[in-house]
This record gives sequence, C-alpha cells and structure tokens, in this order.
Amino acid sequence: MSLNHFLFLSAALFTIGVFGIFLNRRNMIIILMSIELILLSVNINFVAFSHYLGDVTGQIFTFFVMTVAAAEAAIGLAILVAFFRNRSTIDVEEIDSLKG
Amino acid sequence: MATDIVFYFFSLITVFAAVGVIASRNQVHSVLFLVLTFFNTAGLFVLLEAELLAALLVIVYMGAVAILFLFVVMMLDVQFEELRQGAIQHLPMGIFVGVMILAELIVILSGVHLDHHAVEVTAKVSNTLAIGQVMFTKYLLPFEIASLILLVALIGAVVLTLRKRTGVKRQNISKQLARTRDEAVELVKVTSGEGAKP
Repeated sequence: MSLNHFLFLSAALFTIGVFGIFLNRRNMIIILMSIELILLSVNINFVAFSHYLGDVTGQIFTFFVMTVAAAEAAIGLAILVAFFRNRSTIDVEEIDSLKG
Repeated sequence: MATDIVFYFFSLITVFAAVGVIASRNQVHSVLFLVLTFFNTAGLFVLLEAELLAALLVIVYMGAVAILFLFVVMMLDVQFEELRQGAIQHLPMGIFVGVMILAELIVILSGVHLDHHAVEVTAKVSNTLAIGQVMFTKYLLPFEIASLILLVALIGAVVLTLRKRTGVKRQNISKQLARTRDEAVELVKVTSGEGAKP
C-alpha cells in the first residue's frame, strides 16, 4: 500500500465521474452525483498526500473542499427543484430559457 | 500484508459502487451506490489515519448530502428512462474523453514515488488535535470564510425553493396584531322591530 495505489484509485474515480457526465448527459441529478464523485477523488488525493508527506494541511484543505461540495449540492438541488416546479422536467437539454 | 488486503477490499468496492452510481437504471439505486462509495472512502481515510475526515465523511456526506439527493430523487416525479434516450450517441465521445483522462493520469502518476512516511512525523498527537491546532491558528480566516459559504448556501437554498402559494389562507400575525378597534368593531344602535341596517 503506497501512495501510488491511492493516486490510481482516485484517478479511476475521477474518470468514472467524468464518464458519468457523458453517459447521463440529460439527467441533472446524475450529473450532480458525478460531480460529487469527482470531488471525492480529489479529496482522496489530498488525504493520501497529507498522510505520506506527514503534513496535515492536505486534510485541512479537504475540509474546505467538503464545505464547497456540500454548498454546491444544496444550491444545485434547490435550483433543480425550482426548475422542476416551473417546467416539470430535469432534462439538461431543456434548460435553455436564457438562450433567447 | 493486512493493510494491503483492506485497501484492495475498500478500493474495489469504491470503484464498483462509483460505476453503479453512473450506470444503474434506478435513480434511488444510484443514490444508494453513492452512499456506498462514501462509506468505503471513509474506510480508506481511516487507513490513511485521517479519522476525523472519515467521521465527517460518514456524518456530513452520507447523513446529509446523500440523503438530500435521496429526498430530491423521491420528490421529483420524473420518467428517468426517457432521460437516458439518446445517450448512446454521446457514448463514443465519453469513452474517448474518459480513456484519455485515465491514460494521462496513469502516465503522470507513474512517475510519483513516495515511500511510506517520507517525511518523519515529529509530534505524535491525535488526528483531530493536529487538525484543530493548524485549522484554528494558521487557517482561521479560510475557516470563517467557509462558514460564510455555508450560510450563503443555506439562505440561497431556502430563497430558491420558497414558494408563495396563492389561494391558501395563512395566519398573518403582524396583520392581526395591527388591527385597531375602529376597523374591527362597529357599534350599531338597533331599535327594536327594525333590525340592523348595513
């Protein structure tokens, strides 16, 4: 169990997250979940480096990533609920009212 | 070694659960796979001696964020199968981008070599104490800004989802308290046999 193991795991998670956005291009909930996966892989990277470098700063930054991720999920889902109320769909391709 | 086995156990389940998040047909299953991913990542954090973050991942992510997703999935009445239509035409592009990102990451990460505890740990204190000692001194300002971000998210989510329904009778306490006797009560002198006139 070395640093590389964790880095490869986080690379795999990141790729799955990016691929999930392509695979579910029209479903906004899955896109938000994919973003959570990507942020989780970043967190794994931070914590792994923090452990193997013996520096706690990486874990501090993981706190802030978690804070922003939680805020992003709350705001994103609130926008989603407000949008669904108006248009009765969560299809990303339908969200183009501002296009003019 | 035992830690190797634990690492492979947790990481394999993490990857499979992540695949389940993006690939499962049922949205509720997706959210539950997300919870499984978070839980196994918490196990990996324990393996990395980041106990506080592992606990936070379980409490905040599994207990709050994932449940928030679950609520939204269950509240919205959406035909999810329809949303998957036409995804196949984006699949080659997705596979291309995914393979490219994975290949590039593997090429870059293969050059990283760091032995166990490359830097000698000087002070042996508990993880929570070590984080607290740094977070509330050196990173106090970012910590306060993070709390502001959470406040903004809280108020923003409430404002975005607040809905004023029309046609619903609600109690308006300030309006009730602002009533005066003049506009509420009218004294009418009724003479007998004639009835009250408007």
